[in-house]
Amino acid sequence: MSAATEIPAAIPNPQGLEPRKRRKGGLNAEHGRWAVYLIGPTILLLAIVIGYPVVSAVIQSFQLDAGLDKATGLFVAGGFAGVTNYVHWLGQRCGDVTCPPGSLGSQFWVAFGNTFFFTVVTVVLETVIGLWMAIIMNRNFKGRALVRAAILVPWAIPTAVTAKLWYFIFDANGVLNHVIGHQVLWFSDEWASRFAIVIADTWKTTPFMALLILAGLQLIPDEVYEASKMDGASTMQRFLLITLPLVRPALMVAVLFRVLDALRIYDLIAIMTGGGGGSGNATVSLSVLVVDQIRQGFNAASALSTITFVIVFLVAFVFVRFLGANVVQTQAAQQKGELK
Amino acid sequence: MRVKRHTGPRVRTAIQALVIAVWCLLPFYWMIVTSFRDVGYTFDPTPWFTHVTLDNYATAFSTALGNHLGRALLNSVFIGAVVTVIALLVGTTAAYALARLEFRGKSLIAGAILAASMFPGVALISPLFQLFTDIGWMGSYQALILPSISFVLPLTVYTLASFFREMPWDLEEAARIDGCTRVQAFRRIILPLAAPAVFTTAILAFISSWNEYLISSQLSSDATQPVTVAIASFAGSQPHQEPYTAVMAAGTIVTIPLVILVLVFQRRIVAGLTAGGVKG
Repeated sequence: MSAATEIPAAIPNPQGLEPRKRRKGGLNAEHGRWAVYLIGPTILLLAIVIGYPVVSAVIQSFQLDAGLDKATGLFVAGGFAGVTNYVHWLGQRCGDVTCPPGSLGSQFWVAFGNTFFFTVVTVVLETVIGLWMAIIMNRNFKGRALVRAAILVPWAIPTAVTAKLWYFIFDANGVLNHVIGHQVLWFSDEWASRFAIVIADTWKTTPFMALLILAGLQLIPDEVYEASKMDGASTMQRFLLITLPLVRPALMVAVLFRVLDALRIYDLIAIMTGGGGGSGNATVSLSVLVVDQIRQGFNAASALSTITFVIVFLVAFVFVRFLGANVVQTQAAQQKGELK
Repeated sequence: MRVKRHTGPRVRTAIQALVIAVWCLLPFYWMIVTSFRDVGYTFDPTPWFTHVTLDNYATAFSTALGNHLGRALLNSVFIGAVVTVIALLVGTTAAYALARLEFRGKSLIAGAILAASMFPGVALISPLFQLFTDIGWMGSYQALILPSISFVLPLTVYTLASFFREMPWDLEEAARIDGCTRVQAFRRIILPLAAPAVFTTAILAFISSWNEYLISSQLSSDATQPVTVAIASFAGSQPHQEPYTAVMAAGTIVTIPLVILVLVFQRRIVAGLTAGGVKG
């Protein structure tokens, strides 16, 4: 209730909003003071639930895990580790030796490769299919409302349920093998298990892509298409020269969201394969590896989660800096578009 | 000729639309069909309802094999409700400030809150695991609620702020000029206008908490586990045989309320989704 009662007091002199130019400094100062009170609690709470764990993860990642060293069998007492934990993952070092095959430490580059494989393949598939879905839904046809409702269903199903559902569909005796008339062992074969994850993820998340892209498509005025039709542009030309460039900002934001989401893929893999498949780790992702590591040592897990965090951050940075995915601006434009 | 030119594209659109609808609904349909199918016919590929039974729903709720779906449902509702209420109480004022006030560092804060919603949950898990072990919170409700706030609160602020930006705030001023006090203007003008936005945001916040799996699967206990964890670890009578029909029944129970909710509030939810860029 405190939030609700704070709002009226928070409205800072509505008349004051009008003569903004005349007394900009004073107003901004007043707004700034209110902003501190209004946003403060959110920032404080986020600092507790995100800031604190992240900082302690970084600190932990430089500590040694106490316990028996798996490779050497000797007891390690803990204490400051320097960059040992990072070398453990990036350099595949377990103590003084190379991590033995099958140990978690040996799986870092597999998990790294898998994570990027899943990210690239699912996001490309979801973008292409999502764009197609959005273009269809942007047309006028009978039953459009029904299709738009149907598309929300995969989005609304919890990922854990999606995983179980596709696990059943992909069962060796399951309906998919029956339909394709071929006995594929989806969860033992190396590539089949990877594509089982890809297919389930694509089914679950494409609708979200389609909705974000559709929001961008709806901003393109019909007149642009009419004019190009008059000028004799073909369907393909209209798509390449009008639709694609104009929807690009919305598309970039959708792709950015999806990439960051795909890089932390966990639920589907953990439930469908547990990271297994192929010779035992065909589908392991960075997140799966972190969780597997937790019970074998927090500090090594913290180093891995810090590495994961840095990777996600770098990818986001590349998107925003070099590919021009401007989230805030694009969304502001979409809101203005929706108003008219 | 004329007729052909116009019906061709239309038919093609209709066919593609049908493909989209079928692709989205077929696995969901299959879950429901299986959930009503006798366990002896688990792998029967007949595409419509056969060997219909309610046994799977009884099995899903049965506690004989150590499954606690009913309790897990209550846990998910409780955790989701607490997380949603906290996120709305704290986040509404922040959303208001981001939408209505001009201040230095605003885009920085907006960007930081958006970045927080994209934060990889796995980066929180190992320090929280250790912290909650140390202070004896492992398996408690607060150990599940606090981490959920890390992604529900940014989502709430972001979605609400974009809704607030669209609201006709001039009306409030008009009401003040007409003699309303500030409180009256808030209660009679702003609250009715903002209520649908807050409600939609609450639904999105609740759904994202309801769907959380990673953190709950590590930090919950048997007594506090939410439905996602309960379904993922659903045990059957044979150790090496997945109890598919019962799991599909459990999945249907967990999903149907969400699907109804989403379909009823379809327009608003799509608006909220595209405004806040929620992930699924």
